Amino acid sequence: MIPSAFQYVRASSVDDALARLAGSADAAVLAGGHSLIPAMKLRLNDPSVLVDISRLDELRGISVSGSSLVVGALTTHRSVETSPDVKARCRVLSDVAAGIGDPQVRNLGTIGGSLAHADPAADYPAIVLALDATIAVRGPAGSRNIKATDFFRGLFETALESGELITEVAFPVMGPGEGASYAKFANPASKYAVVGVAAWVALDDQGACTDARVGVTGATSQPHRARDVEARLRGARLDGASIAAAAEGFASADSMLSDLGGSSEYRAHLCSVMARRAIAAAAADASS
Amino acid sequence: MSDYIGKSVKRVEDYRFITGRGTYTDDIVLRGMTHAWIVRSPYAHARIRSINTEAACSQPGVVAVFVGQDIVDDGVNPIPTGWQIGADMKEPPHHTLAVDKVRHVGDGVAVIIAETRQAAQDAAEHLEVDYDPLPAVVDMEEALSDGASLVHEGAPNNLSFTWELGDKDAAAAALAGAHHVTTYELVNQRLIPNAIEPRSAIGHHNAATDELTLYTSSQNPHLIRLLLCAFVTGLPEHKVRVISPDVGGGFGSKIFHYPEEVLCAWAARKTGRPVKWTAERSESFVTDAQGRDHVTKARMAFDAAGKITGLLVETTANMGAYLSTFAGGIPTWLYGTLLAGQYTTPAIYVRTLGVFTNTVPVDALRGAGRPEATYLLERMLDIAAGELDRDPAALRRANFVQPDQFPYTTPVVLQYDSGDYEAALDKALQMAGYEDLRRMQTEARAEGRLVGIGFSTYIEACGIAPSAVAGAIGARAGLYDSGMIRVHPTGKVQVYTGVHSHGQGHETTFAQLVAHHLQIPMEDVELVHGDTSQIPFGMGTYGSRSLAVGGSAIYKAVEKVLDKARKIAAHKLEAAEEDLEYAGGQFTVAGTDRSVGFGDIALTAYVPHDYPIDELEPGLEFNAFYDPKNFTFPFGAHISVVEVDPDTGEVEILRYVAVDDVGEVINPMIVDGQVHGGIAHGIGQALMEDAVYDEDGQLLSGSFMDYTLPRAADLPLFEVDRTVTPCPHNPLGAKGAGETGTIAATPCIVNAVCDAVGARDIAMPLTPERVWRAIQSAGS
Repeated sequence: MIPSAFQYVRASSVDDALARLAGSADAAVLAGGHSLIPAMKLRLNDPSVLVDISRLDELRGISVSGSSLVVGALTTHRSVETSPDVKARCRVLSDVAAGIGDPQVRNLGTIGGSLAHADPAADYPAIVLALDATIAVRGPAGSRNIKATDFFRGLFETALESGELITEVAFPVMGPGEGASYAKFANPASKYAVVGVAAWVALDDQGACTDARVGVTGATSQPHRARDVEARLRGARLDGASIAAAAEGFASADSMLSDLGGSSEYRAHLCSVMARRAIAAAAADASS
Repeated sequence: MSDYIGKSVKRVEDYRFITGRGTYTDDIVLRGMTHAWIVRSPYAHARIRSINTEAACSQPGVVAVFVGQDIVDDGVNPIPTGWQIGADMKEPPHHTLAVDKVRHVGDGVAVIIAETRQAAQDAAEHLEVDYDPLPAVVDMEEALSDGASLVHEGAPNNLSFTWELGDKDAAAAALAGAHHVTTYELVNQRLIPNAIEPRSAIGHHNAATDELTLYTSSQNPHLIRLLLCAFVTGLPEHKVRVISPDVGGGFGSKIFHYPEEVLCAWAARKTGRPVKWTAERSESFVTDAQGRDHVTKARMAFDAAGKITGLLVETTANMGAYLSTFAGGIPTWLYGTLLAGQYTTPAIYVRTLGVFTNTVPVDALRGAGRPEATYLLERMLDIAAGELDRDPAALRRANFVQPDQFPYTTPVVLQYDSGDYEAALDKALQMAGYEDLRRMQTEARAEGRLVGIGFSTYIEACGIAPSAVAGAIGARAGLYDSGMIRVHPTGKVQVYTGVHSHGQGHETTFAQLVAHHLQIPMEDVELVHGDTSQIPFGMGTYGSRSLAVGGSAIYKAVEKVLDKARKIAAHKLEAAEEDLEYAGGQFTVAGTDRSVGFGDIALTAYVPHDYPIDELEPGLEFNAFYDPKNFTFPFGAHISVVEVDPDTGEVEILRYVAVDDVGEVINPMIVDGQVHGGIAHGIGQALMEDAVYDEDGQLLSGSFMDYTLPRAADLPLFEVDRTVTPCPHNPLGAKGAGETGTIAATPCIVNAVCDAVGARDIAMPLTPERVWRAIQSAGS
């Protein structure tokens, strides 16, 4: 478990990191390193330069800004899990973080690293989609914001351009009548999501659903919104029957991944089960 | 002070393990040590056209590069197998590194020896191997078919051996005349052992003395030395020392003589430098001998009263690419002989085919043949109970061998020495609250919940013995063991055992045993194991033999020590030996206050100023060899309760009740730990573990990302208890305890899940998807 030789540089600032990345054709960014380092040890990934951003405190931390909960890119899963601000304003995010990997992973892995890596079975993508988060990035051409729906482009592929870094992720603070939840069927070996579904719903005073967003991870090569389910939820009174009807059969086995953790047919079935569970819990959260 | 038997003494070895002070092979650093990296085949089956080592040799830090032919040319023989199954067994050569072709993914092709591990690994990327890929055979049925690609040219149809046991005609007659026949076809899937410490070896040649030391993470150092010297290298045994220091688990996978041991020993002589190799976890997945992998068809005959009248079993057992050390013995003598279980089945016949495929070799894995036999029987009993509309506990009870039938000779050659199967079942039923459980299950079903109850009443045969029987069934080794007691002048004691601890807690249990009988403090007893230059001889640890065989040898040595100590005491006290009583570490002349302590006797033995020197030699040290009269036969009854999520097929184990009978127990905590670990292992096979190869022979479940091991959170709190039926033929009354859980738990859990979802059978492992599909089929 020894990687090939590589150069290591510790970035002194975001600007410094961007300059270093611009100066190398195959540099890799080291944040928590929980996906990168194992791949390097197996010599599946062979960067010539490792740009370590893990000490950049400017990218770390959780703050509330107006109606947004802003999470710095280097914030660890453990920090998200335990943050009182997150628990108070966006509890579902704390719940998602608590279910990632194991304590060792959560103490080092970062939200920015997870999103940039875009593992199709990672947990964060589902909730980032369901909460309609905004991902802020900086690169050689300056700063820009990317909507979650535009961020994920495929298997380990994102809208990040070469040399760009995620700086922070902004989540809308959960308002009255809103609720969210994440339901995950974990691979028994890796504990990654075979299927993970995050649901966000907004209910009116009468308990009818005025808006809904459903994010799906693990099932396909790319995390995505389940727009059909969302459409079926809007305007419906959310009870067991309407939720089951909305979640039923929305995923097609043809588009699903298939591996030792589950066939495409089973994954399609799990999509419905996890969607049903996530939506029911989100509706309960919204009513509470 | 010295009443240690039956006490849950905390493990004395845990301090060094828990504080990171253990010394494992990879922790050992020798002066001038080099590091080996083995280039392994990416193909399951390929001819090696050529290997170009030139570029690799010229890389920085490289000391030497060797290929298979270099080793053969130097006179090194192939690694033999240790178990002959029939005169016609095909035993093709297993070279240290592949010579003509590679036969499984991970087969060694070349070794790079360099100053550092990184230099060796870097240089390996410059080694050029030209492969001519050949069709791989993975599926056993395909392997046996005419025209299949041959793993070894010398093994037509990829068949290594055909083995049979029992009376085929009698079994067939029972089936023909049966009131009911239960048929069952099953796959007992392949497992990967996954010891926590990857295998490691260091070869060290001392040019001054021409002595070779091999450090290796082995369960079995004396056997490794014997095979290495007598069969593979021809090195003189007295010039070779094998040391197995702290070893982090084995589950059987570290019994065997592996190519890397030969390689490090040979290369150390060749290069004049110590050579270390330690497996990466990825290498462990494709080089540690794997377990199970049977395809079986069985038919069980019942009479109208529910008595089993016959059993006929045909098994195809995957040997992998080469015959590993004990490979042939596992799906034959350690499997077929167990097919009577706890039952009075009068007619049994079993036939096993051993088949070569382009996969990692298969050998003993915790339980080794006995879990496969027990799985077959216990699943069939539950299936039959359903078919006959009988309660599964009652159907078992109707077939038990009764206490007054022991010794009981089965139709498959074992002679069970003792047992009380109903006592264990009754205790388990009582602990489980069986009637309430069934009521709870009925209520749960009414609510749409899928709750199931599973049984397993098993027998194990462990501590293979005696040596004469081992020889008669083809084992190329004896199966006795040795124990030596060295009492030092101060009365402190070292115990030398030929068995080996790699997680079992021997340093505690054996110290308790010796301290109890010598009546001295446990702190005064130290166990020495795992070094051929210190221990007279030994057969290592596997098959739950350590206490029953190794412990009995130690006990015999203790008796010899006490016998001599009594003579010395008699001299010192000027009394007759028969007038002496030994209690509390003191020999006392009966009816007087005249006594002498064990420590004084030890000192006298080494400072023999006042000593019966004409009758007794000085010193206080004895070795004993013990060759048991029979196997030991642990047994028990396990009951599990599971609930299945109807939406996802996930299984939750609600309860697990285990009653085991391992005879007399020295340390209940250690035995409980063995039982817990064994159950976890058995549950792993039932629900999670699966070595999956694709049709090209690539191992798809080749890392912990895809190979599921049970975790603590997957398991319930085990409810364990015991009955105690002492082994009648060894001095300790002890039987094996390390494999019972593994043997019992697998069918127990599968039975419960099948009961929960109303399925006749679900193929192992019972992954959520498979259980979900079974629910779909049951509902449709």
